[in-house]
Amino acid sequence: MSRKTKDLLMKALIMFSTIFTVGVLVIIIGYIFIQGMGHLSFDFIFGSAETGGIWPMIVSTMYIVGISLAISVPVGIMAAIYLTEYAKQTKFVSLIRLATQSLAGIPSIIFGLFGLALFVRAFGLNVSILSAGFTLAIMNLPVIIRATEEALKSVPQSYREGSLGLGATKIQTIWKVVLPSALPGILTAVILAIGRIVGESAPVLLTAGVLKDLPTSVFDGGRTLTVHLYLLAQEAISPEDFQIAFATATVLIIIVLVINLIARFVSAKLDKTKA
Amino acid sequence: MAENNKFEVENLDLFYGEFQALKSITMDIEANKVTAFIGPSGCGKSTFLRTLNRMNDLIDTVRIDGEIKLDGQDIYKKDVDVTDLRRRVGMVFQKPNPFPMSIYDNVVYGPRAQGIKDKKKLDEIAESSLRAAALWDEVKDKLNKSGLALSGGQQQRLCIARTIAMKPEIILMDEPTSALDPIATLKVEQLMEELKKEYTIVIVTHSMQQAARISDTTAFFLMGELIEMGDTNDIFSNPKKQQTEDYITGRFG
Ligand SMILES: Nc1ncnc2c1ncn2[C@@H]1O[C@H](COP(=O)(O)OP(=O)(O)OP(=O)(O)O)[C@@H](O)[C@H]1O
Ligand SMILES: [Mg+2]
Repeated sequence: MSRKTKDLLMKALIMFSTIFTVGVLVIIIGYIFIQGMGHLSFDFIFGSAETGGIWPMIVSTMYIVGISLAISVPVGIMAAIYLTEYAKQTKFVSLIRLATQSLAGIPSIIFGLFGLALFVRAFGLNVSILSAGFTLAIMNLPVIIRATEEALKSVPQSYREGSLGLGATKIQTIWKVVLPSALPGILTAVILAIGRIVGESAPVLLTAGVLKDLPTSVFDGGRTLTVHLYLLAQEAISPEDFQIAFATATVLIIIVLVINLIARFVSAKLDKTKA
Repeated sequence: MAENNKFEVENLDLFYGEFQALKSITMDIEANKVTAFIGPSGCGKSTFLRTLNRMNDLIDTVRIDGEIKLDGQDIYKKDVDVTDLRRRVGMVFQKPNPFPMSIYDNVVYGPRAQGIKDKKKLDEIAESSLRAAALWDEVKDKLNKSGLALSGGQQQRLCIARTIAMKPEIILMDEPTSALDPIATLKVEQLMEELKKEYTIVIVTHSMQQAARISDTTAFFLMGELIEMGDTNDIFSNPKKQQTEDYITGRFG
């Protein structure tokens, strides 16, 4: 084969892969939207469970996302700051790093089991929004730590030297120069974390339960959209049931997309490294 | 100690782990003079410069023996406040490193870090520092623009302005013009002519012409050792050591 034909072949292969990937994505999302659109209505989205609405599930989902982010984001960022900016790079620190990396790869159901044993049973929080929020916070911690570490490492050392060279303290340097530069990277991690929380079913099912009522406090149980979808799909018999499931899926996709767009917008606004 | 010495360095050894990068350096750096460090790549010029404001503290593996006195006070003593030292001993780096923030915020970064909040005071500092760095006229209408949007030469002068804003006693410069084009280099050199009236300047340079043009005193380093130091004219016209002569006549390095 001549180099030219090889080149052409390679190009065709690359093109095909791209079209295939994009095509599959479009088909999946398109199919779900088309199936779900028919059932989408104001009452469906904002109605209570008795009237066939999914508002309680949306609220439960938001609660759990809020709680787990409120814990995992600050704790994760601070841990990452310690690991990259303060800790001497000893064996012990690499061990911590290895541990967080391994934790990031553990199947989520294991975190669910852990949450069930610790928060639900031992802490007596029962099956509740709070238990699920804590469980998912722990599950996301390693991911946030890792991504923040990467973001901090990508901040040029010259920024740190410049700041310290001007007589700024270490804390000032981290707060005013390092963190702002790392923010876009950290935000990307948070977006991914939100996606993971919204998409999780097994550990949420174990710790927040399946109650269809609108939660009145974080100590109530609640059913998230994903768990709802899981149960709907499992119990679906008639075409009507499937329609409801697809409508729920449509809402889920829209929520994830909207969160993504907002985060992207915010991160672009915050990115000052682009002059 | 001599009256007009700013720094007095005695028997300074520096190790990166096992590797000895500086070998028993002894030198005095005079106040209100420009002192240039020259020598081939890897001879330890930057390393030595960075001991003067304890920038090497950032590297875990560094170990130091010997003594560096600033105005008679050992700067490596336990109770020395490093941030305070760095306010007195400013530093300009090889690659311009403005922070990703506005020109104004860059200049007043140091004063703000010191706790100055008064807007009028900060405005004053910003203007006088930018003027002193010969940058004011070029940026006065875009102080809120990002410092990264400036040209390389302007960025370096911004970094000098940022350092001046701290009102340091000494300014350390590590090859401040090596990333700049000839015209920007000329501007920075002219600026140094001005600055030396008020500050003690220590500059590392690869360009012997630059050392000859701007410095009063020149120190020649080789393989971690200080080979020769003296009046710039003497060093370039009749060096005492063979190695110095070889270097400045371009026989190696
Ligand atoms: N962080 C470090 N860890 C280990 N060795 C280092 C480190 N920084 C510098 N060195 C070594 O110390 C020696 C002196 O380096 P230094 O950067 O001071 O040289 P220099 O004279 O400034 O060179 P150049 O003209 O290329 O900038 C070199 O051999 C270098 O490899
Ligand atoms: Mg150097």
